[in-house]
Amino acid sequence: MTDLFRTSVIVFKKDFKSELRTRYVINSLVMFVLVTISIIRFSLGAEKTENEILAGLLWIAIFFSASSGLSRTFIKEEEKETATALKLSADASGIYLGKLMFNLVLTFSMTLVIIILFILINDYEIKNPAGFILVVSLGNLGLVSASTIVAAIISKANSKGTLYPVLSFPVLLPLLITVINATKLASAGISTDKLGGELMILISYMVVVTTASLLLFRFVWED
Amino acid sequence: MSRTEIICENIYKSFSGIPVFKNLSFRISTSESLSITGKNGSGKSTLIKILANLIHSTKGKISILENGSDIPDEKRFYRTGLISPYLNLYDELTGYENLAFFYELKSRNKDLEEQVGLVLERTGLHEKRNELVKNYSSGMKQKLKIAFAIMTQPEILLMDEPRTNLDKQGIELIQKISDEQKNKGILIVATNEDSDKRLCDNSINIEDYK
Repeated sequence: MTDLFRTSVIVFKKDFKSELRTRYVINSLVMFVLVTISIIRFSLGAEKTENEILAGLLWIAIFFSASSGLSRTFIKEEEKETATALKLSADASGIYLGKLMFNLVLTFSMTLVIIILFILINDYEIKNPAGFILVVSLGNLGLVSASTIVAAIISKANSKGTLYPVLSFPVLLPLLITVINATKLASAGISTDKLGGELMILISYMVVVTTASLLLFRFVWED
Repeated sequence: MSRTEIICENIYKSFSGIPVFKNLSFRISTSESLSITGKNGSGKSTLIKILANLIHSTKGKISILENGSDIPDEKRFYRTGLISPYLNLYDELTGYENLAFFYELKSRNKDLEEQVGLVLERTGLHEKRNELVKNYSSGMKQKLKIAFAIMTQPEILLMDEPRTNLDKQGIELIQKISDEQKNKGILIVATNEDSDKRLCDNSINIEDYK
């Protein structure tokens, strides 16, 4: 367990340093967030939009922005042929966890920016902030867990760019349905106690997907 | 000194049903060396990848034994070093950062600074240690790959066309490393160069297994 954690932290630190130097993922994420939020703003016009609709639009922005960036962590390793050196240096599970940690930091930062922009530009009102933070955090955890293993799978394919949204959508569908509904409820001011069912589904999804990914990653990683 | 042994039994590899080689068997242990020869596309690199546990054989069994005990697949990377054209290091990191990253991952020893410094000195990259790898020449990148392969002093050293892009000093370095490896571990070289074949005591021609 210590070895696994140690490996994942080393991989995370390397990915973070690489990203700061190349901005391989950050640039595409920032551009995607700006474009998505702008399109949403233009399509809504000057009218005040209901919070229920904004909650759904928020997750559209998060899902598509994440899909433009999260897949890059593994694709980059395969395209630059650095995956071989990594395979010869560390256990597969540690690499998966390191990439998962990196994608988590990236997604949480991206989500924070999207939420701030939504509040500022679209007058998005959150009546139960504690419940909202909990729902969005669990949603992000589930999104990243599923996206990271899908990213590892598509990094082996020829049509990497187009495959990600196609392959991740069915896997993420149960998560998206639940998290959009829970976000709507939290935004409308429903107390956190009454979100119990949705929260349980989100926690279960995250645990199941992360555990399955950890068990299956070796087979994806080792051709 | 521990004794390592590689046992390959009836290895068969095919891609999309097309066989690359079949019924390939050999046995090699500490202080022995083997060259794998064959024309381009005959499967030398494929065999090296299988031995490095990067890909799996379609049929057959490869066992790596240490003092008679089988090493599980997922632990083999600790004992293996690889120099090959299809392995790259990170362009956006410096030579030192690359080696430090991989050494930290692979070795449990706490002598990172010392070992990485030594291997950089040995490969002649010490002066360029803080330069980004993207600014390295192809020969320097090859030397960095050599440093990557030998820095943890692996029991099994696999070399696929090791002289690629190397100057005279680089080629001498390959010869020295090969001699050292033959004394303390297993050396396997995939090559078509006569000078590389001479580095090894035994040889197999992969075209005999078609």
